[in-house]
Amino acid sequence: MSDKLAPLRQPECPAATTLTNEVADLIVEALNLDVAPAQIAPDQPLYGEGLGLDSIDILEIALVVSKRYGVQLRADSEDNARIFGSLRQLVDYIAAHRTK
Amino acid sequence: MVAYRAGQPVRARQFLADIEQVAAALGSSQHVLNACSDRYHFAVGFAAALRSNKLSLLPSTHTPEMMRQLAAFAPDVVCLTDEAGPELDMPCIAYPRTPAAPAAPAPVPRIDAAQEAACVFTSGSTGTPLPYRKSFGRLIECVREEARRLGIAESAPWAIVATVPPQHMYGFESSVLLALGAGHALCAERPFYPADIAAALASVPRPRLLVTTPVHLRALISAAVGLPPIDLMLCSTAPLAQQLALESEQRFGARLLEIYGSTETGQIALRRPTQGPEWQLWPGVTLTCAGEVTWAHGGHIEQRTRMYDVLELTAPDRFLLHGRVTDLVNIAGKRSSLAYLNHQLNSIPGVEDGAFFHLEESRASHTGVTRVAACVVAPQLDAARLLAALRERIDAAFLPRPLLFVERLPRNATGKLPQEALRSLAANER
Repeated sequence: MSDKLAPLRQPECPAATTLTNEVADLIVEALNLDVAPAQIAPDQPLYGEGLGLDSIDILEIALVVSKRYGVQLRADSEDNARIFGSLRQLVDYIAAHRTK
Repeated sequence: MVAYRAGQPVRARQFLADIEQVAAALGSSQHVLNACSDRYHFAVGFAAALRSNKLSLLPSTHTPEMMRQLAAFAPDVVCLTDEAGPELDMPCIAYPRTPAAPAAPAPVPRIDAAQEAACVFTSGSTGTPLPYRKSFGRLIECVREEARRLGIAESAPWAIVATVPPQHMYGFESSVLLALGAGHALCAERPFYPADIAAALASVPRPRLLVTTPVHLRALISAAVGLPPIDLMLCSTAPLAQQLALESEQRFGARLLEIYGSTETGQIALRRPTQGPEWQLWPGVTLTCAGEVTWAHGGHIEQRTRMYDVLELTAPDRFLLHGRVTDLVNIAGKRSSLAYLNHQLNSIPGVEDGAFFHLEESRASHTGVTRVAACVVAPQLDAARLLAALRERIDAAFLPRPLLFVERLPRNATGKLPQEALRSLAANER
């Protein structure tokens, strides 16, 4: 973790930043990760080598996200790597599909 | 009816034609690593290997290290795959893109009961995977008994929807062999999210059997997604809490049966958790308990096998499950041992001393999965490099959380490392 740059936050509208922070908090809390939410760079891969999550984590996140934002995740023809490609992609997906 | 793919039925004639097509593609190798993620493709690949007297290899994980070990075990191994994946160091054969044209009725291949159909691998404590060969006859005998116990033996075909991979022993038996060997139809998809499970169930006709695990049952209940009518549920890979079993039966309106078994033995016992904790053994299977060590043998079991749970016999064919032997690690149904994980950790260059251990705390989580932790003495390494090295050697499910770098492990005078001492160290370091 020590040799990663501090995460660059692109200029975003306040609502998106808030959602990004919220979702980062949710992930760290749900998975009891040893990393601070602010350290999750928006474009860092969540799955596999980046943040190091696996499919069990993905399922856990999907459940907390569905409870909190009313989004039902579907795999469809895409695999987990797409929606969970990065924090930004996950936040975009939630923003587009949330019902709460 | 053999299968359903995207809701479309696949009949025997198509299945037989697909088998011939894949058999031709497999070439002359005697060993096939069947890495198909689509359950129908897996079934075709397995049947094609059978029909050509090739052994299907079913490792518990596909890490780079395991791939190297498989190639050492069977130098002529080829990998049958139906999706783009990481580069493997062995010849890969792509599952045909288009289904075969069904010819005039093809003969059903006759397979000798003694033919070795599959070889599964478990992680031994030395780090080298141990092979367990399974004969076709015993595999089929086992799942025909399963069909009887599930109450689906003498019936019209059931549609089997499973959330588990076909390569894992449980999925292999209960979602592939149960279909092929007992006349039921398997659903090709492997649904992951609750909404996908609902969709897969809706895409097949009744009667429906859901083959799943405690992780997914919890997820289904937690997600509060409406499921179409299910007629029977099967659960395995970790003991199911009675409360969760009750809630599942109530919520989904179907009996929930639970399977107990192992990679080495296959399934060996069944119970209905809402009716009581006792398990009933498969015919002929015998347990011999000596203190904490239990051996299973007889019936369809190929060789005398040590079980890594504490089992208490209550009758010659019934037992209670008291929990795991302390070395065992079971994360979301994937099994390993602390000894194996420690061996892998300590084989990493730069690791002077390291140990995995179980954390005491169990947090409430939607999936109910707790990870295994590790303490390591590795002054030259950082977390990223250590985890990358571990990723080469062990399944991702076992990557330590938390991973703690320490100056020294709390070994006692005889060099042993009590779990309690590791937990205290962890509590102090965090």
